[in-house]
Amino acid sequence: MTSDNDRRRGLLARLRGRPAARSRGRRRLGAAVRLLAALTLAGGAYTVFAPGAQAQDTPPLSSAAAEGKALFDVSCVTCHGRNAQGVEGRGPSLIGVGAASVEFQVSSGRMPLARQEAQAHRKPPLFTDEQTRQLAQYIQELGGGPELPEGTDLHSDGDIAAGGELFRINCSQCHAFGAGGGALSSGKFAPSLRPASDRQIYAAMLSGPQNMPVFGDNQLRPDQKADIIAYIQETLKHDQDPGGFNLGRYGPSTEGLAIFLVGIVALVFASLWIAGKS
Amino acid sequence: MKRRKFDLAAAPGKAAVGLDDRFQVATPLRRLLNKVFPDHWSFLLGEIALFSFIVLLLTGTFLTFFFEPSMTEVVYDGSYAPLRGTPMSAAYASSLDLSFEVRGGLIMRQMHHWAALLFMAAIVVHMLRVFFTGAFRKPRETNWIIGSLLFWVGFLAGFTGYSLPDDGLSGTGLRIASAIMLSIPVIGSWLTSSIFGGEFPGTIIISRFFIAHVLLIPALLLALISVHLGLVFKQKHTQWPGPGRTNGNVVGERMFPRYAIKQGGFFMIVFGVIALMGGLFQINPIWLFGPYEAWVVSAASQPDWYVMFLDGSTRLMPAWQINIPLGDGYVIPPLFWPTVVLPGILVGLSTLYPFLEARHLKDYRSHNLLQRPRDVPARTAVGAMAVAFYLVLTLSGANDVIADKFQISLNAMTWAGRVGLLVLPPLAYYVTYRLCLGLQQHDREVLAHGVETGIIRRLPDGKFVEVHQPLSAQDHDGHGALEYTGWVVPKKMNRLGALGPAIRGFFYPIEKPVEAPVSPGHPPVEPRPERAEISSGSESRH
Repeated sequence: MTSDNDRRRGLLARLRGRPAARSRGRRRLGAAVRLLAALTLAGGAYTVFAPGAQAQDTPPLSSAAAEGKALFDVSCVTCHGRNAQGVEGRGPSLIGVGAASVEFQVSSGRMPLARQEAQAHRKPPLFTDEQTRQLAQYIQELGGGPELPEGTDLHSDGDIAAGGELFRINCSQCHAFGAGGGALSSGKFAPSLRPASDRQIYAAMLSGPQNMPVFGDNQLRPDQKADIIAYIQETLKHDQDPGGFNLGRYGPSTEGLAIFLVGIVALVFASLWIAGKS
Repeated sequence: MKRRKFDLAAAPGKAAVGLDDRFQVATPLRRLLNKVFPDHWSFLLGEIALFSFIVLLLTGTFLTFFFEPSMTEVVYDGSYAPLRGTPMSAAYASSLDLSFEVRGGLIMRQMHHWAALLFMAAIVVHMLRVFFTGAFRKPRETNWIIGSLLFWVGFLAGFTGYSLPDDGLSGTGLRIASAIMLSIPVIGSWLTSSIFGGEFPGTIIISRFFIAHVLLIPALLLALISVHLGLVFKQKHTQWPGPGRTNGNVVGERMFPRYAIKQGGFFMIVFGVIALMGGLFQINPIWLFGPYEAWVVSAASQPDWYVMFLDGSTRLMPAWQINIPLGDGYVIPPLFWPTVVLPGILVGLSTLYPFLEARHLKDYRSHNLLQRPRDVPARTAVGAMAVAFYLVLTLSGANDVIADKFQISLNAMTWAGRVGLLVLPPLAYYVTYRLCLGLQQHDREVLAHGVETGIIRRLPDGKFVEVHQPLSAQDHDGHGALEYTGWVVPKKMNRLGALGPAIRGFFYPIEKPVEAPVSPGHPPVEPRPERAEISSGSESRH
């Protein structure tokens, strides 16, 4: 134990002891060399790890993005501002929202907005698919963000039963069991999913438009998203309603209306008729 | 040997004699078959409820053959692909099989559900008829109470039935019911855990609700309905006032054959309407709601319409929680007031109403004649107030669907409900009261001055007056001598026979009307005398 300590102490003493033997000039020279070496190391490390020195204010846009920028500067700039940086009190910044968000908002006609209100409504789209893609490309190249997979059919690989379970857990609270939509607070709402395309549903899950939460790929894997879309498109939209007219699938409220408007009205007329026969 | 001839025409009579010889039924049966029932369309509303109850028993029995009231977990392997491979309770799986596998199962399930909605709707409509016409007055208070109990027992029957399929909607409703029971001070926790056999949802509730739904509650309903009908029979039906009708008689049709045939026909119509609705309108698509899981609650999860007023009262209730600093602290949650106290008050008020009214009016006589709503403005106005209150609550129960589909803010709907609940009932009271007085006044006016003939006469001084047809001889003031009796007063000349008899028939004439007029009492209407063209003289022509 003590011998270990002694040996260690001896080593330190040896290191400390040596400079005392050196001359003053050599000591100065050594300090200068060490400083130079440290500076070189720091500078070298900086050049290795620091971002590229060639960063420019405006990166060159692809041709599609340039077309998109032209469209943006005509139709979107009023609210979203120059370079999509947003305008206070009018429209949010689009930096980082990604192509998925643009495709959802523009292809469903929600953007351009008709007026400022609680929530944007679906309406006939203003831009063609081509123009929508260009706008999306522009926003994507401007700030990155989530992107959609290729193709218009995003559900044929999905498992309908698994999608149904995921839909009931994640979506039916707001969009309702039949995907007809439902109310949220203060005039906001979860829209009906009946007019939505595969890409729009996928984009909505990725980007979480308006009041919808984001279902990123770590919450719902891409294959689970395909399951959900398959359930919506195959079951909810194509269900033949084996029981007859579905009364809008609004649950017991329209059923209650029907029993009075159809059942009671018919039977009151029947009783008028029967009592009149005397 | 001579063969005896069988006389077919005499067979029924002989059989009847044989029966009477053995059982001595002719005398009581004659009394029964000759019993007279008054005839008015509004007296048939209660029958709608009775007949839908019969349809409920028939379709419900069919459903029990296939339904499995168990919460054992199974994996679905039926023909509905979107749920295949999903774990669920045996109750839900058998409900799915009922809908997709059993032949005719879906229409039976839908008829059962529509019949349940119709049963409750007819009870309410019948109750409104009884209320607004004063049919609940002495001696019929007991039947009024039984009728109100029938609503609440029907409410329980509906709720237990709604819970049985164990789909997402049923489970959500059950969860709310358990929360309501938990909110009752002191006994709440014990009540809930004794009903659910522990913590919600437990494993026993479906079997318990099943036996309540198919045995206990229907037996209670059947008993109440029997007493209800027995009392109508014993106390005789009320009738409208009118010529020949007094407090001491019943004017109408004999039970047999006319009344019985009419009732039989009406049962067929009710059955037909329910079957049509069951076949044409989809009700409660349980396959879309999926199996109940505690974490699955769909938007637009509402109870059936007759429970919706409780949902509405809960939505309108502000979050007023009462903390009582006793021991570890005690809480009365806001849910307690709209879902336990409010229905309690409603049951109490509705059952006691006949006694409250009699006490208020100091009227303890027996009444067998009905009153027109306009003749008792205060009662009619109270009824309108109750209807307004119930409507606001029911609409608020669906306020999220209304808000979404009509694009109104949900918060605005809630506040409209809160304000409406306080403002609309008094407004309904006032408006109804004034309407009743106005209608009464018009009747009195006709009795005093006669029916408007539509003939305008110009007096020599240039004044225009309308000619009235008096209903009786007039005194020197030109006023009729008829008393206000609270019955229909003719308001149009053809009610007095001026245009000959009215054409009979509901949608089209039963028989070709004879050339009017037919009665010798009414001379033919003479053609209008020729009149000179009115002109202002020759100078007007240019």
